[in-house]
Amino acid sequence: MTATFDRRNFLKTITAAGAATALATPQGAKAGPKNILSPKRNGVLVDTTVCVGCRNCEWACKVAHDLPAEPLESFKDRSVFSTKRRPDENALTVVNEYSNPRNTELPYDVKVQCMHCDRPACLSACIVGAFSKQENGAVVWDGDMCIGCRYCMAACPFQVPAFEYGKAINPEIRKCDFCAARQAQGQLPACVEICPVEALTFGPREELVRVAHDRIKRSPERYVDHVYGEYEVGGTSWMYLAGKEFAELQFPKLETAPAPGTSEAIQHGIFAYFVPPVALYGLLGAIMWLSKERKQESE
Amino acid sequence: MQEHEIPTPLRKPFFTPGVFVLCLLALNGLVFLAGRFIFGFAAVTNLNNQYPWGLWIAVDVAAGVALAAGGFTTAALGHVMHREEFHAIIRPALLTAMLGYTFVAVGVFSDIGRWYFIWHPLIMWNGSSALFEVGICVMIYMSVLYIEFLPIVCERFIGRLNLPGPLKAFNRSLEAVLRVLDRTLERTMFIFIIAGVVLSTLHQSSLGTLMVISSAKMHPLWYTPIAPLLFLLSAISVGFPMVIVESMIASRSFKLQPEMDVLSKLARMMPPLLGVYLAFKIGDLVIREAFVYLTEFNTASVLYSLEVVGGVIIPLRMLLSPTVRKSPPLLFTAALLVVLGVLLSRINTFITAYTPPYATHSYFPSFGEISVTVGFFSLLMLAYRFVVLNFSIISVPHEQPAPRAKYSLRRTGP
Repeated sequence: MTATFDRRNFLKTITAAGAATALATPQGAKAGPKNILSPKRNGVLVDTTVCVGCRNCEWACKVAHDLPAEPLESFKDRSVFSTKRRPDENALTVVNEYSNPRNTELPYDVKVQCMHCDRPACLSACIVGAFSKQENGAVVWDGDMCIGCRYCMAACPFQVPAFEYGKAINPEIRKCDFCAARQAQGQLPACVEICPVEALTFGPREELVRVAHDRIKRSPERYVDHVYGEYEVGGTSWMYLAGKEFAELQFPKLETAPAPGTSEAIQHGIFAYFVPPVALYGLLGAIMWLSKERKQESE
Repeated sequence: MQEHEIPTPLRKPFFTPGVFVLCLLALNGLVFLAGRFIFGFAAVTNLNNQYPWGLWIAVDVAAGVALAAGGFTTAALGHVMHREEFHAIIRPALLTAMLGYTFVAVGVFSDIGRWYFIWHPLIMWNGSSALFEVGICVMIYMSVLYIEFLPIVCERFIGRLNLPGPLKAFNRSLEAVLRVLDRTLERTMFIFIIAGVVLSTLHQSSLGTLMVISSAKMHPLWYTPIAPLLFLLSAISVGFPMVIVESMIASRSFKLQPEMDVLSKLARMMPPLLGVYLAFKIGDLVIREAFVYLTEFNTASVLYSLEVVGGVIIPLRMLLSPTVRKSPPLLFTAALLVVLGVLLSRINTFITAYTPPYATHSYFPSFGEISVTVGFFSLLMLAYRFVVLNFSIISVPHEQPAPRAKYSLRRTGP
């Protein structure tokens, strides 16, 4: 049985193939979406002991994002609090109400929206890098890139991104964008601007962390000693103060390590400058060559 | 007279009662698929904001890729290690992989909301995304599989081109193109074969990385940082069982003798592969101390036990016995158990284990989702049948040895 290629040719080609893969490396390893972690990035401190559940923020958010909104009056309806709601494709923020064991007259109201993580899982997961973390702290989605695979939804530890399942053409991933467009024009996020009781404090995240701990120190009887979002999944731009345990307010118990940490470590390990794949290619090439030689000798 | 196993297009009718049933199932699936493209996911699927991924990702994509692993495991065995006694199964395994990946691609296309942007990952890169790597590797590997299949196409048409009517003029030039292509591929095929194995190990493992980022939502029985390794090991160990299942179904369907000598030899390699997978799977469970969740009695613990006991331990024990390896029905049963076990492991990882923090109900696929998955599977079987009836895929006994050796298949002869 004759060989269909000679050995020198084999080696030459295999080396060329390896070199070509290695050359393609550096750009590939660095490619990725914009993830600016500016020291001046903004955040919002949500004081759930102050919020009165007026739901004006829900209305303002819909108006600011051109979503179908009922008149502001209808948001006074408190019967919606009988169920726990989640943000979805038509409501980027919702308020839920929880009982206050210390004072039944003053329930705790919790506004829910995207947390704008410092190390967002959605950004790390997105197949095309359609998410970016902006200098102002906002994690935003780019509809010109998104292919609608919904991996961001599977990845998000807070179960925030929503998808327009009812649309066949151009369905969008929808979530709070921290009013990035308004921020760019020097305006406050719509929800912060409309809040009548200042339950939402907007400002540089670093400063908000200080404000939060200061409030806890001043009224330790009012708050649990925990700023949710300061360390959860590596820190989030939106942070919360609460009068009872966060678990009772349905906040997920999360680790302090960034959500994408392990996954990125694995990815970058497998692709460390393409060394492992190229090494495997070389190894298999060597096995192929040697086993072929043995085969020919035995013939 | 010595008999020689030579791949030959089978001379059988395409339509049988079974094929008719497959056609109906395929048609049913296509109707629901049309519904998804015309009216959106909500009309056909049970997917929602709580459960963004369902049956199509778990079975059509993740399990589809795993069950097409026969392509790279047999290529590694036959071509890289030059174990020529296995050449009879390389072509069927290659065909299964090629069709399998084609339907994985179709499955992805159906599951992404903005299907017209499916090409975006080619120019928009996110190096930190496991899905990006899976997508790119699957795309390249699918092309490699088509290239590996080209010699079979050349072989079929060289010297036999006979275009009808006015196209006749092209016969000679096309023939020349085919010959050049065939010769080039013969010299360079080893590059593609090795690339195919490397690409497979990369994306088979990265499929396991996909749910690592969702750690907070994953049931502890399945959440593990070594998920990529478990996915790779299970893909390697399901490659040969898949070849056995597929070969025996084909033999029965075409009324051929099952190639028991080759299949039994393949079966002998399965216990070590399954054993390594089992060792890592159990070792991981023990080290993470997640075995405590097996003391509860619920869907998760039952499905996990089924995956490991029914899909790994029982077939592993069966295949250790020479009697099982030599008996067609028992070998088929053992191989099928491994295949179903890996299928279940993918369903478990992507559906059973996924518990979103604000879930109000659990996910179960809709009739439409199941119809589409069954429809794709039926289409795959129909395509397989069509190809083996028209190309030289399945080896049948001949009295004369093959006329010449080809890289894509070293025909066994004296």
